[in-house]
Amino acid sequence: MIDIFELLRGNPGDSDYKKKPIIVQGITGKFGSLHTKNMIDYGTNVAAGVVPGKGGQKFGNVPIYEHVKEAVDATGAKISIIFVPAKFFLNAAKEALEAGIKLLVAIPENVPVRDTMQIVEFAKKNDSIMIGPNTPGVLIPELIKIGIMPASPFKAGNIVVLSKSGTLLYEISDCLSEAGFGQSITIGIGGDPINGTRLIDAFNMVKEIPDLQGIVIVGEIGGDAEEILAQHLIEIDFKKPIVAYIAGRTAPKEKRMGHAGAIVYGNYGSAESKVSMFNKANIPVAKRPIEVPILLAGKLEQSGD
Amino acid sequence: MRLLEYQAKELFKEFGIRVPPGISSKDIEKGRKDAEKLGFPLVIKIQVPVGGRGKAGGIQKCHNEDEFELKYPQILEMAIKGEKARAVLLEKMVEIKDELYLSIFLNRSKRCYTIIASADGGVEIESVKNQIIREIGLGKVEEGVARQVANEMDLEGKTANDLVEILQKLSKLIIEKEVELAEINPLVQLEDDSLIALDGKVVIDDNAIFRHNELEKYQEKSEIEKKAEKSGFSLVELEGNIAVIGNGAGLVMSTLDMLSDNGGKPACFLDVGGSATTESVYEALALISKMSKVKAILVNLYGGIVKTTTVASSFIKAYEENLIDLPVFARLKGAESEKSKEMLKDTKTKMFDSVEEAINAAVLRVKK
Repeated sequence: MIDIFELLRGNPGDSDYKKKPIIVQGITGKFGSLHTKNMIDYGTNVAAGVVPGKGGQKFGNVPIYEHVKEAVDATGAKISIIFVPAKFFLNAAKEALEAGIKLLVAIPENVPVRDTMQIVEFAKKNDSIMIGPNTPGVLIPELIKIGIMPASPFKAGNIVVLSKSGTLLYEISDCLSEAGFGQSITIGIGGDPINGTRLIDAFNMVKEIPDLQGIVIVGEIGGDAEEILAQHLIEIDFKKPIVAYIAGRTAPKEKRMGHAGAIVYGNYGSAESKVSMFNKANIPVAKRPIEVPILLAGKLEQSGD
Repeated sequence: MRLLEYQAKELFKEFGIRVPPGISSKDIEKGRKDAEKLGFPLVIKIQVPVGGRGKAGGIQKCHNEDEFELKYPQILEMAIKGEKARAVLLEKMVEIKDELYLSIFLNRSKRCYTIIASADGGVEIESVKNQIIREIGLGKVEEGVARQVANEMDLEGKTANDLVEILQKLSKLIIEKEVELAEINPLVQLEDDSLIALDGKVVIDDNAIFRHNELEKYQEKSEIEKKAEKSGFSLVELEGNIAVIGNGAGLVMSTLDMLSDNGGKPACFLDVGGSATTESVYEALALISKMSKVKAILVNLYGGIVKTTTVASSFIKAYEENLIDLPVFARLKGAESEKSKEMLKDTKTKMFDSVEEAINAAVLRVKK
């Protein structure tokens, strides 16, 4: 499995240690250009953009290429973030993976499930990671931001936040930062039914971080990603403190609550099912975002950390 | 989008899966004509996009005209789990020898399509026994796999052949129409051992509808839902009287939960999208102003990139243009919140530092 920290940060000996180049597909669009500026302001090394028909132009100081392959050849980037409209996502993602991209951050919302499934298969074959679609992205505070999240909620530290929701990731990270719990990495899983990086995959990416203090899981109704993770944590007897929050306790059944994946059928996907599995795994579940740092503090105290 | 039974069955027919003769209607005049065409005995079935119709009395046998005149209007007036009848399906009654279960669904955790089949159908999936489960990647079912499923169900002869055929047709439907779930429950064995789909549930991937113009006719949306979609919002109408607006699905769901915990009743879930702007918040207020049951508006925005003053100016604009007269209880987290409080000081919008305070004020207001 690929080490996400190696991709995002690199090793001390690398010439581009802590300034890994990234490519932005769709860099000139309204959304793409706004967030590219924000990423650059955060310190992310945006090395190239890709926009068919605009190869040879520049976005600020960033050169634009026709194809991902050219951008990869010119910059050596292994990371790409995609901002294209949902219906162009399939081709853009394929192109990136074919060009050798190892970490694909898929921002678009409303990508058809079939397209996501095809890219998931393709990424597996290429030994690549896709985060998303419908994700706010991935961020190592004070080092690199690949996504659309605002900068202000995040502070460097040793807590990991994994979230299905974008704004709740910001809200809860903000609460954590205010309480003195900085983050080592935050990963948006995305709100779709099929995720390039599932909750359990994201957990596996972060579980061996050397200074890891604790993990916060921000879940929501729909699917069984939380249950599967909870079961896994019981099986491997994971010792580090984990707390969770689940949105959608009072949502009606069989209604899609904004996210394509946020829908309950019978008990499948219900908040009760998730909370009861977390309880079995001895993971406290906050009733409101602001309680997350309090529960985390309690867990840390128990573990004597 | 979950199709109604008669719509699902239209798709089944298109793909060559046999269903009982049936006609749907929305009023009794047409219903009478349909009943005459089909002939008694019939089954009258309420058409709603939720399960549990049988238990709630939404499916009734009907042997003659007198029974029809009594039961048709009852079913048309009925609501199941709050869902009013969208239509009524009249179907020729069939002789049932046995009930089976068959579905193909999007398996989220395994990230593939999956078949569930059972020789013991006719009950809800949670209670279906002896489930045969097969993961099938992107949805294609080869004849060999279908034959194995039929064998494991202990089917023989004509019934086994029919199952093999139906399973492959269902797979074709899943792939071609980009379906998240296609379920036949019960799949009925008739006296001649052939199989027929007695019920049908199909859920289409909403995000793929742009590739399927032919499915657009099945989308039933209220005026408000259409307007919300046009603005790029997600809207779910609910039963209460406090409209909830926020940015991001998770944050809005979280706000609904907290509001309900504190005794409030949400009138809607309205997600204006991750990055709120003056325009989007203004449009959201315009939408809410069309909902008569709303007594107060609760706004929970995590600003981040957007300044709260930008949002505050959309409230001011909405009052100035007499778009809304409702009290607004807002929590705007983000830059320049002191300045936006000052801007809104003489309006009906009250700004709070925490969502808790905003919720409590909104709940108190509607209970007055």
